[in-house]
Amino acid sequence: MELAISVIIIFMILGAIYAIHASDILSAVIAGGIVGYSLVICFLLLKAPDLAIVQIVVETITLIIMVAVVLDSSRTEAYGKFDTQAWVTAATAVVILAILFWFLKEASAPLAPFGENTMRMADAYVNGAVDKTGSVNLVTGVLFDFRGYDTLGEATVLITAVLGVLTILRIRGRK
Amino acid sequence: MKGMTVIVKKTTQLIAGIVFLYGIYIILHGHLTPGGGFAGGVIVAGSFILLILAYGSDFLNLVKEERGSTTYENLAILVFLFLALTGMIAGTRIFFANWLPHGTPGELVSAGFLPLYNIFVGIEVAASILTIFLALIIFKEEVLK
Repeated sequence: MELAISVIIIFMILGAIYAIHASDILSAVIAGGIVGYSLVICFLLLKAPDLAIVQIVVETITLIIMVAVVLDSSRTEAYGKFDTQAWVTAATAVVILAILFWFLKEASAPLAPFGENTMRMADAYVNGAVDKTGSVNLVTGVLFDFRGYDTLGEATVLITAVLGVLTILRIRGRK
Repeated sequence: MKGMTVIVKKTTQLIAGIVFLYGIYIILHGHLTPGGGFAGGVIVAGSFILLILAYGSDFLNLVKEERGSTTYENLAILVFLFLALTGMIAGTRIFFANWLPHGTPGELVSAGFLPLYNIFVGIEVAASILTIFLALIIFKEEVLK
């Protein structure tokens, strides 16, 4: 299974690299779709069907919207020239990346090795969720009972996204 | 936006209802099988998006649809918040308290509040994604005018 996931991840990386360097934006969008659909297979291999269902539907709808947007606007990429400001921006990004990487290395040193030492919380969730919530699907039990605040936050994020879209895309109000 | 050919329209007629029912199945069985409010809501929104893409924007009154979907989205999250607050009224004084009887695990009507949460989150997600899609289409139509 690890071999299969590694092959799929290499495929995803190739798709992402092609999406960055494609000169036609439509092929870049479709190459970005490779990443999403490969992620669905990864989720299925890792035994997470809940995530796989969400990912495959959201990926399809996003791809439809992106393709429609690209077909209505330009298909060629607008290249900006690489002047002093671009150099400063790139240098700042590299420096911030190095600092963040150093902090990550420092912060992860005292932690237990990855994959070992299962958390006590996860143990309690796996063993006691059906009795406490009455839900056979453990993911729903965690999502709406133990982690209800998180779900409320996610729903609020959606509302905020819709508010933002409706605010930006109004023409009548501007006149 | 113009509609597509007769073949696409007829296939959409046959498929859209099944997609809609499948989304409702995913929402209602969220506490039993994989899926839930988020996945089912997106599938329900997908069936509407399929219809709009196949039949074009002249077929429906899109502004009216958008007003309706915005209303449902806001109402659904209000009801979700109210359901989470009912624990305070029922005397347990815990936000997100699951105070309804849990029933037998594995049956359709069980797990207390979880199916209700799933239903309202499903309505909210479906209406949100449909609203975003409709807003994009209406923007394009108004720009073309």
